[in-house]
Amino acid sequence: MTDFITLMKHELLITVIIFLLLFVKIGKGMKNENLLTLIQVLLLLNAIAGFFFNESGSLFADMFYTSPLVAFQKNVLNIGVYLISLLFGDWLKKTPHLPEFFILLLSALLGMFLLISSGNLLIFYLALELATIPVAAMANFDLAKKRSSEGAMKMILSSAFSSGILLFGISLIYGATGTISFGELVNQINGSPLQVLAFVFFFSAFAFKLSIVPFHFWTADVYEGSPIATTSFLSVISKGAVAFIFITALYRVFGGLYEIWYWMLAVLAVLTMLTGNLFALRQQNIKRFLAFSSIAQVGFILVAISGNYTAGTSSVVYFVLIYIFSNLAAFGVAAVIAEKTGKENIDDYKGLYKTNPFLSWVLALGLFSLAGIPPTAGFFGKLFLLTAGAEKGNFWLIIIAGLNMVISLYYYLKVVRAIFMDKNENPIEPIQVSASVKLGMIICALGIVFTGLAGKLFDYIQSLIA
Amino acid sequence: MQPGLYHILFISAALFFIGVYGFFTRRNLITMLMSIELILNSVNLNFIAFNKYLWPEKMDGLFFTVFIIAIAAAEAAVAIAIIINLYRSHHSIDVEQAEELKN
Repeated sequence: MTDFITLMKHELLITVIIFLLLFVKIGKGMKNENLLTLIQVLLLLNAIAGFFFNESGSLFADMFYTSPLVAFQKNVLNIGVYLISLLFGDWLKKTPHLPEFFILLLSALLGMFLLISSGNLLIFYLALELATIPVAAMANFDLAKKRSSEGAMKMILSSAFSSGILLFGISLIYGATGTISFGELVNQINGSPLQVLAFVFFFSAFAFKLSIVPFHFWTADVYEGSPIATTSFLSVISKGAVAFIFITALYRVFGGLYEIWYWMLAVLAVLTMLTGNLFALRQQNIKRFLAFSSIAQVGFILVAISGNYTAGTSSVVYFVLIYIFSNLAAFGVAAVIAEKTGKENIDDYKGLYKTNPFLSWVLALGLFSLAGIPPTAGFFGKLFLLTAGAEKGNFWLIIIAGLNMVISLYYYLKVVRAIFMDKNENPIEPIQVSASVKLGMIICALGIVFTGLAGKLFDYIQSLIA
Repeated sequence: MQPGLYHILFISAALFFIGVYGFFTRRNLITMLMSIELILNSVNLNFIAFNKYLWPEKMDGLFFTVFIIAIAAAEAAVAIAIIINLYRSHHSIDVEQAEELKN
């Protein structure tokens, strides 16, 4: 019994918060401002509690397993969710259904925790659905807006289709091996044609969730249509969780097919980086711009995954942590500006520095970090990703990734130039940033500056991978 | 004649590709949803067939099917809620009408 509580601590805490919110919803006794503060405090406590008493072990006949590494991955996601509750406070306070929003968000987070911990294809599938269906409902949260429901429709249809493909792959895996438990699957994988076919189906479902290139079409539309809080959750937390389980699935379950998926990964990484970058060049809407930039970032993650397990895992976990800070900083500023002025175009940001120096610096830091410019953490994140990719000795992949970093530099700096240097007759008027949003932005900025300099952190993550 | 594993696999593969074809060609949202149901049901057939013919001693396939049916219902519920909301704003459930988001 005590085993159950310590091992499933993360999941249980989230479940308790969901139940609390349900009761609050039934009671109808709280104003949005107070409720949001309560949620922020709960999520902060939850994020802190996640760091203690992390042990390895498995439950329910190996269907659920956890280790200090898995716990750390969950903590990274917890921090991201706490930051989301801070950064999008202005929008959240106004929405009439605040408890529902967090119930959906935390249910999706619970799904992601189970996803990272899953040791069986059944739990894996259930967790994946729990992690996507609530997000589709969250995408439709601006009920009156046409774009929001259109984005949500695209999201639910494409995710249902991708889970259909995933299931077909799983059914073939079951047919070929007779088991759905990860532990037993490892020994059964021998590269027979049926297994390879099943693996391709399985892989393409992951490609949908991570928006790897031939399967990326839903991404930009869903990102643009959804409320920014949902968009940021989708692009940061959900991508991170799927990337974590992707590495585990590839190395720990399908390690026997390494020769096959190495080339799939390498080709898709190149395509993903190129497409993400080239489309990001021509975007005017800031949310669409960040959507394509997130596609390009996934390409870099794929490069790292293709290296080997230890280097790939440590660099991806480290990168996702940095990515949470930098992307949330950018989304947070975009959300504040969109909420106060309704402007979402990059052209509107011209001359922002004259009127809103604080917002400009936070956005610039976030974009520098996404581009990977040296003093920021993003540079170290990218450096470790590419180093991990180079483990295999395939240097043309690293060269292409390096060239893509140069392309990405151009469009990130274009936004920075618009903010700091371009002149504008009527720039965005000075915006009063509320205290909690400011706190979130400062945490992001500190994260961007100091995560990269704290070399201990990377060593710590490496020490977790036993 | 007793149907064998290959007969059932043939039917389920056919159902799967009919579903995929329908999903890509149909423009009505409800029909697209039905195509997805076809895909899920082909998977159910697969699981049951593999369980019965290849691995009869383990019940994994059967359990998986039960869960798929439950999840498919949940997914359809959310999808239909979203489609109803879309209908309220667009007055149509044709995907071609939903085209505000373009690059």
